Amino acid sequence: MSSLSDRTWLWIAAAFYLAGFLLGTVALLRERRHSRTWMYIFIWAGFVFQTCGLALRGKAVHGCPISNLFELFQFTAWSATSLYLVIGPTFRLSLLGYFNACLSATLTCVSLLVPVWDSIHRARIPGSSPWIEFHAALALFSYGVFGLLALTSIMYLLQVFSLKRQHLRGFFSFLPSIVDLDHINLRLLTAGAVLMTAALSVGYVHWVHDRDSVPAIKILITGSIWAAYAVALILRLRGILLTKRLAWTCIVLFVAALFSLGIIESSRKTPITVRAAATHE
Amino acid sequence: MSEPMSPTLFTLGASHHTTPIELREKLALTADKMNAFCDRLSHLAGLREYAVLSTCNRVEFYGLADTAETVEQLQHEFCAFQGFSDAEFLSIRRHALNRDAIQHLLEVSSGLNSQMLGETEILGQVKDAYAAAQMRHSVGPVLNRVFQKTFQYAKHVRTHTAITEGQISVANVAVDLATKIFGELAKGQILLLGAGEIGDKTAKAFQSRGARSLTVASRRLERASELANALGAVAIPFEQWPARLSDFDIVVCSTAAPETVMKLADIRAAMKKRPARPMFLIDLALPRDVDPAAADEGNIFLYNLDDLAKIAEENLAARTSEVKRAREILQEKTEALWKQITGTRLAPPAKPAST
Repeated sequence: MSSLSDRTWLWIAAAFYLAGFLLGTVALLRERRHSRTWMYIFIWAGFVFQTCGLALRGKAVHGCPISNLFELFQFTAWSATSLYLVIGPTFRLSLLGYFNACLSATLTCVSLLVPVWDSIHRARIPGSSPWIEFHAALALFSYGVFGLLALTSIMYLLQVFSLKRQHLRGFFSFLPSIVDLDHINLRLLTAGAVLMTAALSVGYVHWVHDRDSVPAIKILITGSIWAAYAVALILRLRGILLTKRLAWTCIVLFVAALFSLGIIESSRKTPITVRAAATHE
Repeated sequence: MSEPMSPTLFTLGASHHTTPIELREKLALTADKMNAFCDRLSHLAGLREYAVLSTCNRVEFYGLADTAETVEQLQHEFCAFQGFSDAEFLSIRRHALNRDAIQHLLEVSSGLNSQMLGETEILGQVKDAYAAAQMRHSVGPVLNRVFQKTFQYAKHVRTHTAITEGQISVANVAVDLATKIFGELAKGQILLLGAGEIGDKTAKAFQSRGARSLTVASRRLERASELANALGAVAIPFEQWPARLSDFDIVVCSTAAPETVMKLADIRAAMKKRPARPMFLIDLALPRDVDPAAADEGNIFLYNLDDLAKIAEENLAARTSEVKRAREILQEKTEALWKQITGTRLAPPAKPAST
């Protein structure tokens, strides 16, 4: 394991996610159902290699590998995949593996192809509490859940389009049912909101002790994302935000959450360190 | 005693392709008749192995005979047993030997030869015919190999072509669409509005796919009760359906009413009570029972008879376009199987033909 750099492991992981995405795409273009076994193998392999890469990176940065935009994207992809591997066999949603491979391949490849995202990393605050790491990791894991929610929301919209417009053949014939997708959307929205609430609660305890350590813009953006998801959940539970409107909301919120990562990252007050090539390459 | 001859693999019978239903009724072998006739066949000299496939669309014999005369003798015995004219049977029969017989069995088992192209029930019927032949000990090494490989190849064709994909009857298309909306149908609440034949057929299709809770509403309550009893469903007076519409996930409309029965206001009122749960409206009536404007409502999925028929036609066209490819696959398989049979291991020893 130590003979390969963390980025090499992550490149291999990205290749496996990409292989899963290509497997699904080729099968869909041929109007066939992709092999569930092979999809699982590709995603599992990608997950294992990504875990190794992130573990190496974690060792190098002495903490959870979420110290720059590259790592944030990698960690979000890892979170979404780990969740998929847990819930995938339970819900057996057709095409969810394909969509997950698509999301993970995109996040990992983009982050690997933009070297500037990984050229610097934030130094760990000396003496900082491990709870801060936990807060950040939990928050990013909730982003992974919201990523998966965005995928199932896309699938929901595609299935509604298929049934309303009577485009039932080919790709559309493999989509899960409307009711199944609606159930999983509610569960993922609930799980994501609960995780993010827990993450922000932990962060809040730290913040009240050291108010200067967190920039206001970060609090504002993170709080807004959390509030938006919480409101969406409440409206869904009260039967106000439903069906297509809920699906669109979840997609838009996830895109906003991804963009917010960049803004939050650039607003950090912690010291910047130019990443030592020898450490990772 | 004549010279030793090679045994011949054959198929002989009649199917819906050449035989109208009135004649198929005469040729059909019921369970009792099947046993009686097979008893006769066990005494037919020169017939080494055989299996009989009798369905509503075909009666076919598959066997291994010492000579072509044995097959003719079998045909004569069958016609005599069924009180059917030899000459008439000759005009409708399907007869194939060796490779062609194998190809025919493979096509039958794969649903290529079925009235409903690509239907899968036939494979189960062929399996039953083989199991019955095994029970009678009327199959030997050749037919054992042929049937076992047939099941394998039929599955291969299903997996590697789209010959069985998509439903091709209106009722089954409706059920397929319902599964795209609700997934499992076991918990779905279904309302039949109208107690006509098409509604009955659709209800049965839903039941065959796991639907349990059916309610029938018809202007004639006695007719609704009659259909409800036949389906194991519940009947309600026709006037009650608007108030109870929100209880139902799937509504099958097939009334003979000359005007719209289910108005947009009824649907909107029902959906207000169940905004999170979709409703599937299947309008099989002519003139239509459901206001077409309902299709634009969120969480309402409305399909009329034309929509369903169009999907069924598209599915059939897709299946038909796969026939050539499926046949080519089966031809390769036939060739491989024929080589196995004629190889040393399975080739039955030639025995003198009966004199």
